[in-house]
Amino acid sequence: MAVQQKSRRVLPGFGLSMGYTLVYLSFIILLPLAALLLKATSLNFADFWETVTEPRVAASYKLTLTTSLIAAIVNAVFGTLIAWVLVRYQFWGKRVIDALVDLPFALPTAVAGIALTTIYSSNGWIGQYFEAVGVKVAYTQLGIMIALTFIGLPFVVRSVQPVLQDLDRQYEEAASTLGAGAVQIFLKIILPALSPAILTGFALAFARALGEYGSVVFISGNMPMKTEIVPLLIITKLEQYNYSGAAAIAVVMLGFSFILLFLINFWQWRTAKKHQAS
Amino acid sequence: MMNREGMLNHVAAAAAKTAIWLAAIRKWLLIGIAMLFLGLFILVPLLAVFSEALKKGLQLYFAALTEPDAVSAIKLTLLTAAIAVPINTVFGVIAAWGIAKFQFKGKNILTTLIDIPFAVSPVIAGLVFVLLFGSQGIWGPILEEHNIKIIFSVPGIVLATIFVTFPFVVRELIPIMQDQGTEEEQAAISLGASGWQAFFRVTLPNIKWGLLYGVILCNARAMGEFGAVSVVSGHIRGMTNTVPLHVEILYNEYNFTAAFAVASLLALLALVTLVIKSMVEWKSQKH
Repeated sequence: MAVQQKSRRVLPGFGLSMGYTLVYLSFIILLPLAALLLKATSLNFADFWETVTEPRVAASYKLTLTTSLIAAIVNAVFGTLIAWVLVRYQFWGKRVIDALVDLPFALPTAVAGIALTTIYSSNGWIGQYFEAVGVKVAYTQLGIMIALTFIGLPFVVRSVQPVLQDLDRQYEEAASTLGAGAVQIFLKIILPALSPAILTGFALAFARALGEYGSVVFISGNMPMKTEIVPLLIITKLEQYNYSGAAAIAVVMLGFSFILLFLINFWQWRTAKKHQAS
Repeated sequence: MMNREGMLNHVAAAAAKTAIWLAAIRKWLLIGIAMLFLGLFILVPLLAVFSEALKKGLQLYFAALTEPDAVSAIKLTLLTAAIAVPINTVFGVIAAWGIAKFQFKGKNILTTLIDIPFAVSPVIAGLVFVLLFGSQGIWGPILEEHNIKIIFSVPGIVLATIFVTFPFVVRELIPIMQDQGTEEEQAAISLGASGWQAFFRVTLPNIKWGLLYGVILCNARAMGEFGAVSVVSGHIRGMTNTVPLHVEILYNEYNFTAAFAVASLLALLALVTLVIKSMVEWKSQKH
């Protein structure tokens, strides 16, 4: 408390910066989102419920949730593996690989979308081999999962990497001297230490996948009931000038995203607290 | 006795040898899996962009980039970034100053609110502005009366871009400013510096690499944003088409070579972003 009083007295600009931040935040983020809620509540509850449970809409919620979940799980596994390789091993070209992990953050989603569609179409570089064994990737749910895995990849790697770097190796060494095998050490010592970071990365990748549009819209084929994701359905409603329908679908989507955002912040806060305590 | 010990040593040495072998196999197996995964998901798509773009020769490649619609798309994208990035940079620095250098109630809530654009679908980011300013939106009638066009026009594109790039700079700066604490600034001020002097002479030099990093990420997203801009732009060729939207139009017209040629510009932007990012990380590690 004493520190707080002191810093507030000595450093200037708290009122100004906080005032500006709140005003700007309100105008750019909060007010527009309030408009969304307002529009969605312009429907009475029966209409709202009918809009968001209509079979085509329900199918797109289910599709978006399942494909995002699967992509996030794939990323949790391979992201952890990649973080492990980047932190624990030395090999030629590691710095380039490390930088390339961030490509999905930097590459515009539309570019990723058309590139993945071309590669995985039935005569594409990779798609032709899937085609040979009778599996279609582009324009199916599998294609959606591949696009969502691409855009979610950096989240898990970047949340696990710093934790793994700071992990004290003496516990692993102690376990090893006491006769624990590599698998045992990983499951009993490393994984528990990494799990909050993996969980955070997983949730970030999941949240990003739920709202993703650009990389998915090309590869998904956009067939109603089968490969139509929620963001696309919102655009379809907008193009039909059904503003309140679009708002209703978006509000439910936003609900999912906010729950995830809240969980992520809670986990990060709890992990930070644990770190301080130890 | 000696024999037994010798044998035990021998067994121990053999076990140690197998352990080293196993560790080496494990290492290269894991590296192999990681490379295969990254190769399939990152490298192949990147190579595909350039390979498809150059498939029909350099002449067609440059023709696709210099065609009037492409040029106007490039201009609009540059204009949008030139407005959105400085606005969010100024906001980012000011907000990070308030959040990182002072203690106050509700800080967690404020940072969560700032994170909202990361959690909101880009399509919803575009939708909110249509609901506000569109012809059937809340302020649509008033805007129409005064003949102001925001949706299906450049202001809408800029607004949507500002929304999606809102957190980039501030999220990059908060942890850096928090780590640096307030002692240096306090010292400067007790030695007679004004608040602005303390900021420009002490804080800014300390955060410059983080700031550059945040600005670069913000810029990459501003130039590459697709979903949000797609909702508000109306796709009017030569008027409200940004580079990513132009890529979509060309692709949907089955003009794949031109689509990938324009896309390769964005891929180059992404690569430059990654190079600068690595340089910044390297610089800040050295300090």
